[in-house]
Amino acid sequence: MKFAHWLTGTVFGASMLLAGAPAHAVTIGFSQVGDEGDWRPAFSKDMQDEAKKEGIDLKFADAQGKEEEQLKAVRAFIAQKVDAIIIAPVVVTGWEQVLREAKRAGIPVFLADRDVDVTDKSLTVTRISADFNLEGRLAGAWLAQASKGQCNVVELQGTVGAAPAIERKKGFEAITSQFPEIKIVKSQSGDFTTEGGKKVMEAFIKSTDNLKGICGVFAHNDNMQLGAIQAMKEAGLNPGKDFLLVSVDYVPAMKDELAKGEASASVELRSAIGKYIYPVVLNYLKDKKELPRWIKIPSDLHHAAAPND
Amino acid sequence: MSTPTPGTPASPKPAAEQAQPSALKALLRHRLVWPILALVLVLIVDAIISPGFFQIRIVQGRLFGNLIDILYRGMPPAMIALGMAVVISTKGIDLSVGSIIAVTGAVMAWRIHEGDSHYVILLTALCVGLACGLWNGFLVSVLEIQPIIATLILMVSGRGIGLMINLLYGGTNPSFTSPLLQGLSTGNLGLVPTRLVVGAVMIVLVWLLVRRTAFGLFLESVGGNAKSAWLSGVSSRLILLSAYLISGLMTAVAAIILTADTHTSDPVTSGLYSELDAILAVVIGGGSLAGGRIYLDGTIIGVLVIQALTTSILTSGLPPEYNLVVKAVVVLIVLLLQSANTRAAVVSLLARRKG
Amino acid sequence: MSAIIELSGISKQFPGVRALDNVEFSVEPGETHALMGENGAGKSTLIKVMTGALQPDGGTIRLAGKEIRPESPGAARAAGIGAVYQEVNLIPTMSVTKNLTLGRLPRKFGLIDWSAARAIAKAKLARLGVDIDVERPVGSYSVAIQQLIAIARALEDDARVLVLDEPTASLDANETERLFEIIRDLKARGLGIVFISHFIDQVYRISDRITVLRNGRRVAVGTVEEIPSLKLVSLMIGRELEHVEHQRPSTETVTSSKPILTAKSVGRRRLLEPFELDLRPGEVVGLAGLLGSGRTETAKLVFGAIRHDSGEIAIDGHPSSSHSPKSSLMAGITFCPEDRKSEGIVPELSVRENIILALQSKRGWLHLLSRKEQERLTAEMIAALNIATPDAEKPVGQLSGGNQQKVLLARSLVSNPRVLILDEPTRGIDVGAHAEIVTLIRQLAAKGMALLVASSELDELLTVSHRIEVMRDRRMVGEISGAEATREKIIQTIAAAS
Ligand SMILES: Nc1ncnc2c1ncn2[C@@H]1O[C@H](COP(=O)(O)OP(=O)(O)OP(=O)(O)O)[C@@H](O)[C@H]1O
Ligand SMILES: [Mg+2]
Repeated sequence: MKFAHWLTGTVFGASMLLAGAPAHAVTIGFSQVGDEGDWRPAFSKDMQDEAKKEGIDLKFADAQGKEEEQLKAVRAFIAQKVDAIIIAPVVVTGWEQVLREAKRAGIPVFLADRDVDVTDKSLTVTRISADFNLEGRLAGAWLAQASKGQCNVVELQGTVGAAPAIERKKGFEAITSQFPEIKIVKSQSGDFTTEGGKKVMEAFIKSTDNLKGICGVFAHNDNMQLGAIQAMKEAGLNPGKDFLLVSVDYVPAMKDELAKGEASASVELRSAIGKYIYPVVLNYLKDKKELPRWIKIPSDLHHAAAPND
Repeated sequence: MSTPTPGTPASPKPAAEQAQPSALKALLRHRLVWPILALVLVLIVDAIISPGFFQIRIVQGRLFGNLIDILYRGMPPAMIALGMAVVISTKGIDLSVGSIIAVTGAVMAWRIHEGDSHYVILLTALCVGLACGLWNGFLVSVLEIQPIIATLILMVSGRGIGLMINLLYGGTNPSFTSPLLQGLSTGNLGLVPTRLVVGAVMIVLVWLLVRRTAFGLFLESVGGNAKSAWLSGVSSRLILLSAYLISGLMTAVAAIILTADTHTSDPVTSGLYSELDAILAVVIGGGSLAGGRIYLDGTIIGVLVIQALTTSILTSGLPPEYNLVVKAVVVLIVLLLQSANTRAAVVSLLARRKG
Repeated sequence: MSAIIELSGISKQFPGVRALDNVEFSVEPGETHALMGENGAGKSTLIKVMTGALQPDGGTIRLAGKEIRPESPGAARAAGIGAVYQEVNLIPTMSVTKNLTLGRLPRKFGLIDWSAARAIAKAKLARLGVDIDVERPVGSYSVAIQQLIAIARALEDDARVLVLDEPTASLDANETERLFEIIRDLKARGLGIVFISHFIDQVYRISDRITVLRNGRRVAVGTVEEIPSLKLVSLMIGRELEHVEHQRPSTETVTSSKPILTAKSVGRRRLLEPFELDLRPGEVVGLAGLLGSGRTETAKLVFGAIRHDSGEIAIDGHPSSSHSPKSSLMAGITFCPEDRKSEGIVPELSVRENIILALQSKRGWLHLLSRKEQERLTAEMIAALNIATPDAEKPVGQLSGGNQQKVLLARSLVSNPRVLILDEPTRGIDVGAHAEIVTLIRQLAAKGMALLVASSELDELLTVSHRIEVMRDRRMVGEISGAEATREKIIQTIAAAS
């Protein structure tokens, strides 16, 4: 298998260069959403591993998906007078009060993953997270290149209204709309699940007469793509060979599919992102220099050993 | 399948004595008319918006087409809904079916990972379903906790249990291969998908239990008036317990098919909201949440209505933002047609029209 | 005098039954108008139409000359027509206040004004001369008081018509008298009263006029003088009532045989004092006593529906270790409860299913009676008890009250029991059927069945019983054998024990 890296320019490089170990051990509180799915536990583990490497005293709190647990954890961090707080928010709203408490205590707050909705933007230093829009653009760019700008695409959307679904779709369309010969001919929600992806693909197969004239499948996540691959195989189609399949996440099962050549490409949603987050925090603690509102973590695209590559 | 029920035209004698028996009126009064009509309507709309909807071909040695898909995808919900119909007939409700799917799926994935024989896994999965049913039944019949609360406990905790099972071997949404299980789920017997055969067998078994033994009568009497049933010698406790056991078992059958279908189990999402579809199917089929009656045929038609609707939304090319709204509107219309009041209004309107 | 309410040409069709056929009915102010008819004649249906609980297929209703179309009981009540239905519709777990003011709660600043609500409730009850704690839940009061609460609820301040559907069915003599005083008082205030009852003597004591329904048609209307009781009965049933002069059952034949069921000082703390009881084949034992004296509890305890905590119940001489409805049923003992709504019928199930329920549970779930057999048994029972239903598949909840009672009797009888326990077997049953059931009880005993009959009607007990056990304050206070039993003797026994 061959990996190609699609790095995009971010403001990252600069802040990373300035990273250096502080004099005393820094204490950071990290409030995590919970441990659902594959990605989040891996993210938590990486944050803990990276903290050890950096010599950071990490206080980790799992909110078990509950808003009030998370607020409790953040207040506990404030009481313990940690040097900085990192929050992966459970929900977008209801943060004003507790963030103000942190500010009053002089503790800078960083967001990982999701954003929060507050009127006073100075309550948080910055948000460090993957860029769903970029993931969509990467997928779109790869598909445009692989199909030489000519492709009828069916799309498996994530849960209606979810931020990753909205942004990945936007990003994908931002690129593909540049190519007049690339069209999204069918688009449905597979709810980010394997079962959903399979169901929707089965319906697509029927309504397009066995995917006649279709060249590509874009799925907002790998789980749905895995379902779609099953549906295509059960209908006697050859995913990965007769169709270009691109999705987002790069979960272990997708690695296998890429190796088998039944999927074409997957944009990695990195879980090992501690190495992007901690330097930003540490640097800020040193020189308190204003940072951009959003620091984007780069994304990679992995694709199968394509015969025409 | 024929479920003997009152009010059906099965007894034409008194109708003949009526002033002017109108065949149309009698037909409109039949409880299956509206669900069937709804099903037909959904299918007609399908035929209009996507030509070739009814086409059935043979692909890879099996039947292939939208109609087959409706049956194929409808099979697991039908299993759950039949169990739900049994529970609802006792004035109960089983909110935990989605979680039972999650737990059963997680256990299956784990045992496959541990290398158990696939027959053992099949048996284990059924036992997990039964155990969940036993738990619910125990809470409802022995501790006399209200069904909605009793089953809420497993509904809330089940997915967590599933995740804990994953932790046992460090699996996260494991994928697996199992010829036996996949054969049951996605294979075919001749031209027919195997799961349809499995589903038909289960339907017949439930029907035999409910209509060819006195179990159905006992269910309905316990649901209709538990005190009266008890005074008539019916062991209400045992009946309640068995109702939840059946629901657990039927849900486990659905879980086996669903888990083997995608070769993976995700405790967080598998079977999500399946309790709502199951309850809806029972209600569309003429069942009442107040209990006291069980309509197996109606429930299956209810499942088909919901499934046909889902399939047609998927094939229609409608933006997914409309999925839930369309579904809600159609279900609302069906339920309105079901309601005795609307029905009476329609019947009297027709009668007036005739003069 | 002009009618306060006037119904004309009222018709109502149910699937398979013409419940009302062009019925005329009117009530004048200050009049008590009795509505009479057999079970299923259409009495309850007529008053439901009058009070908006059912919509008629045809006909008009005039209230004080103006045509009205009540859409619901609430609307009718607002218009001045209050009703207490056959099955009392209070919410037993709610306080008297809430029951009386629900839907019309007084508000202050948008909030419910509970002290005003209590005052309203008290005032409503005061009009009926009732003074009780309005904070207690309705269910904690006796049936009689509940009946009065229901009347209070039905009466708006400006009520003009009060409809009472079998209000005395579960009242004892004193309570009935109290209700009648209230009715007389309301009459004097110019209200029109509609009174339904199967107690013929009560009808003559309280009514001014009588309307007779038969099979949904009005067959007669007239003053009580114009329709004497014998004529009334034949108008109701459509033929002369054969008057069977019942011989008092004699005791000699049975005392010798071995008892099927023996209760040896069985009782239950705080509910029933320990008592002795033998039930022998061919013998009818009556349970007499005032309301609340423990008749129902005794019957239930003997059946196993109430567990005893002292003494021993033996069947055929063998102590029954776990005495329950199921074990009783298996031993050939059946029970017909007094409260048909909450303990008797399964309303959604058909007549057939209700009738075979106990027999089927005796056979076990695996041995389903064939459909044919079920239909045969049902048809037999419908014919034997003269149950008025268009067909065996009608949900029991849609039968008239009296016919529901007959279905319960059928359920107990169809399994051919050796011991039959009946609690108020004739409640809500019309005169014709009443006589038939009395005859039936005697026939069953003659065939060798053992019967235990609890009833508040002394005359009924006197005609059927070989032996009468008298109850008072949850204690068996005396036994009177059939030969020497009289009304007076029973009343004396009740009074003497203290
Ligand atoms: N909701 C209903 N649906 C169908 N049939 C009904 C319904 N209510 C009453 N009936 C039928 O209408 C007829 C008249 O019933 P109704 O209750 O008026 O009798 P009733 O005179 O009050 O008798 P009872 O003395 O037994 O109370 C009966 O044959 C009954 O089965
Ligand atoms: Mg009545």
